[in-house]
Amino acid sequence: MNAWSRLLALTRKESIQILRDPSALLIALVLPLVLLFLFAYAVSLDVRGVRFGIVVEREGAATTELLNAFERSEWLDVQVAHDRRELESQLVSGSLRGMLVIPADFESRLASADQQAEVQIITDGSQPNTANFAANYASGIFQTWLASRLTDEPGAIVVEPRFWFNPELDSRRVLLPGAIAIIMTMIGTLLTALVVSREWERGTMEALLSTPATTAEILLSKLLPYLVLGMAATVVCTMISLLLFDVPLRGSVGALLLLSFIFLLPALGQGLLISAIARNQFIAAQLALITGFLPAFLLSGFLFEIASMPAPIRILTMIVPARWYVEGLQTIFLAGDVWPLLGRDILILSGQGMLLVFLAVWNSRGGLDR
Amino acid sequence: MSSELLGRAAACEAAMAVDIRGVVKRFKGVTAIEHLDAGIWPGQLTGLVGPDGAGKTTLMRIMAALMRPDTGTVSVMGHNVLDATALVHRCIGYMPQRFGLYEDLSVAENLDLYAKLKGIAADKRVDVFDRLYEFTRLQPFASRPAGQLSGGMKQKLGLACALMGSPDVLLLDEPSVGVDPVSRQELWRMVQALASEGMAVVWATAYLDEAERCESVMLLDKGSLLFNGEPQGLTSRLQGRSYRLSHIQGDRRALLSKALGLADVRDGVIQGASVRLVRAADMDVSSMQLLADQSGGQLELVAPRFEDAFIDLLGGGPDGRSAIAERMEDVATQRDVMVECSHLSKRFGDFYATRDVSFSVKTGEVFGLLGPNGAGKSTTFRMLCGLLRPTEGCATVAGFDLVRSTGQAKSQLGYMAQKFSLYGLLSVRQNLDFFSGAYGLRGAHRRQRIEEMIETFQLGDVLNVSPEALPLGYRQRLALACSLMHRPSVLFLDEPTSGVDPVTRREFWMHISGLVQKGVTVMVTTHFMEEAEYCDRIALVQQGQLVRLDTPDALKAMVASDELPEPTMEQAFIRLVEAHRDGVDA
Repeated sequence: MNAWSRLLALTRKESIQILRDPSALLIALVLPLVLLFLFAYAVSLDVRGVRFGIVVEREGAATTELLNAFERSEWLDVQVAHDRRELESQLVSGSLRGMLVIPADFESRLASADQQAEVQIITDGSQPNTANFAANYASGIFQTWLASRLTDEPGAIVVEPRFWFNPELDSRRVLLPGAIAIIMTMIGTLLTALVVSREWERGTMEALLSTPATTAEILLSKLLPYLVLGMAATVVCTMISLLLFDVPLRGSVGALLLLSFIFLLPALGQGLLISAIARNQFIAAQLALITGFLPAFLLSGFLFEIASMPAPIRILTMIVPARWYVEGLQTIFLAGDVWPLLGRDILILSGQGMLLVFLAVWNSRGGLDR
Repeated sequence: MSSELLGRAAACEAAMAVDIRGVVKRFKGVTAIEHLDAGIWPGQLTGLVGPDGAGKTTLMRIMAALMRPDTGTVSVMGHNVLDATALVHRCIGYMPQRFGLYEDLSVAENLDLYAKLKGIAADKRVDVFDRLYEFTRLQPFASRPAGQLSGGMKQKLGLACALMGSPDVLLLDEPSVGVDPVSRQELWRMVQALASEGMAVVWATAYLDEAERCESVMLLDKGSLLFNGEPQGLTSRLQGRSYRLSHIQGDRRALLSKALGLADVRDGVIQGASVRLVRAADMDVSSMQLLADQSGGQLELVAPRFEDAFIDLLGGGPDGRSAIAERMEDVATQRDVMVECSHLSKRFGDFYATRDVSFSVKTGEVFGLLGPNGAGKSTTFRMLCGLLRPTEGCATVAGFDLVRSTGQAKSQLGYMAQKFSLYGLLSVRQNLDFFSGAYGLRGAHRRQRIEEMIETFQLGDVLNVSPEALPLGYRQRLALACSLMHRPSVLFLDEPTSGVDPVTRREFWMHISGLVQKGVTVMVTTHFMEEAEYCDRIALVQQGQLVRLDTPDALKAMVASDELPEPTMEQAFIRLVEAHRDGVDA
């Protein structure tokens, strides 16, 4: 009975402090908005409208046809010249990402039976990703064009690719659910690490510990308000993703909330553990960024595909809670309530959460005696 | 028969509020408490005194069941701190050294939190709050955030929270640090009232005048109990060994350095225009008398104070030399006035923190800025060292206007902030490097100054240690070294010895006295009236205005009366502040 009223009093105090602390509200509500807009507009993994040059050394019917094929592509933004020297400087300065050179003997080689018609593709290797995309697109367009010339007669086999779950291959649909994981990590880990270490720094923890309140009660009182704050941030982020950025939600809202709730346990637990070790706001913030934010960013599979990581790193991602959360989020948003998959994520997250909360309580015990 | 005896013995045991037996506590090989036995009784105010690092806070935390003793037992109201932590927490009120309340919560919200934590039933809370408000007179500020209270009120709120649930044992860890003498006196009266109602109160302090007024004193040094009993028991040992040397012709600071160099002087401090000396136990008075005759002064025997006995027990005061001052060249200046301000005002919104303050400080003078918490002395001080821009009026340092020629003015001044403002994440050497760079020293010159500081302040052994891991005395020396790196002609000290023990304080003032003799001008703010005695002149600031400006002796003389023929600086301060306040109210 007494323990409950103490917990209630501590939780109430924590809530008042959150409402009065501009920095807490900033991290919990404004930062998510900034991140969401950033991921929605500034970060895009799709290469669309890549500025691309085409050098036509000698004009002809086939060359014009090929040029048209390039100009029809929505992936490339084509600029035409007659001498490669006109475009070289632009390639060097980075305003062009690549170019296609159609040589002067292209038409004659094309007409001849025993010679191969060749073109040259040059890309800016200082941006490997874009260079790759540009080279692949360009050679793809060229091959398709060649093939269409040879198989003009009807009845030929045409391969039509289908992309499941994200038919438009819109990376925003993958990024925004991932951004929610980053935001939740910030709230869960960074905010709690900061508020608890602040109590140590300002000496308020010492005063609290001298009252009948126990360590577990004090830590628990930190969990509850931030759980609510985290859930509020989830709802805000989801609404924005759905309404403003047209991200589909194929699964159910219930599954989304359940998954987020479970994810907050390891996130908050990690924050509490950090503050129990650091007891200094500056160090706690650094630790939270390095052990919470960065892995959530780099190792969660949100930006970089886990499947293409080297094996040791792939194993390392297993211990990052955000990895399981991102997986679950992407499933719920893009595929639906696939319970076998979600069940596994939830199980792993709750395991990690319990372990971290336990470690936090265990490290805080003994009070000032360390 | 024997059972009756046993019963009585048990009753005696139970009567002891805190029973400390054979307690040892070590941290990483450093002994904080060394085999301590003591008892704390209900209805008594027990003072816990000792130099910094003596183990006062550790002992407090052990009694509050926040730390476990390595060996030995401590029981609080019969509950062992080792296994009955929850029960101990139920019967104590603890006020940690730092202000342990939430600055973003209001006074009422802080009280409410503690009431619930201590399990006070909802229907009783109103009564309890009313009584605490009445006791602390905080009712008018109930809705104010705790962070916006003055230092004195913060401590009263801390006390109110510690008193929640009427504890049997009240543990107060240096509650009077940073609190002005008026609020301190108020705090003291409150605690005395509690003790007389039967509460066991432990008051840890670095202020020895407070210890002197306790019913019982525990004097700790390096974790050992040097003295335990009535303070008079210790003071009386010094009977016939305390002297005052007054009517000195010439420089009293030079005289004090000379006196402290004598083998038969155990301790000495400046008291206004006089010097107070303590004779070594086995020596006679002859060489002191000779010194008095040479300076044309009068040597008279005075009643010993607790502080005399304290310093004597700890091995005496410093030797009167300051290595840094000896190294410094005289300040080269033709100016008579080093710091000057005229019609200085600072307004925050509608509120005048400083209003129309004018004074000038002579070269080589020690000038004190005193006042109650929130009186505006910090604001005035900050304007004088260029940290705040005045709303009206102007201030100059060494002739440079602080607003128009800020850079030149600042190159003339050294600033030592409260709490020393050293970087805890940098080592001692890195701190020295940083501050020398910040003051614009370069190349060989810079390296030479740093080496010089390391040598004179004996920092060689601790160069790679974080200042936070060092005893207060080291930190203070390092902070002084940093502020002197560029050889300033004016030194600003913001509460330089707040919470510092008398031994470290004497050492610090030895350096300052040495610097003053080299022509350095010193501006100081303090709540510590012993420190005010070192000043040549004192400006008393109240409600943003300068209300008195005179020598310490003249200020004391102002409040002298038949009932109080020889007031202390503290009494003078309290009376002058109260007189002015009443005058304004009337």
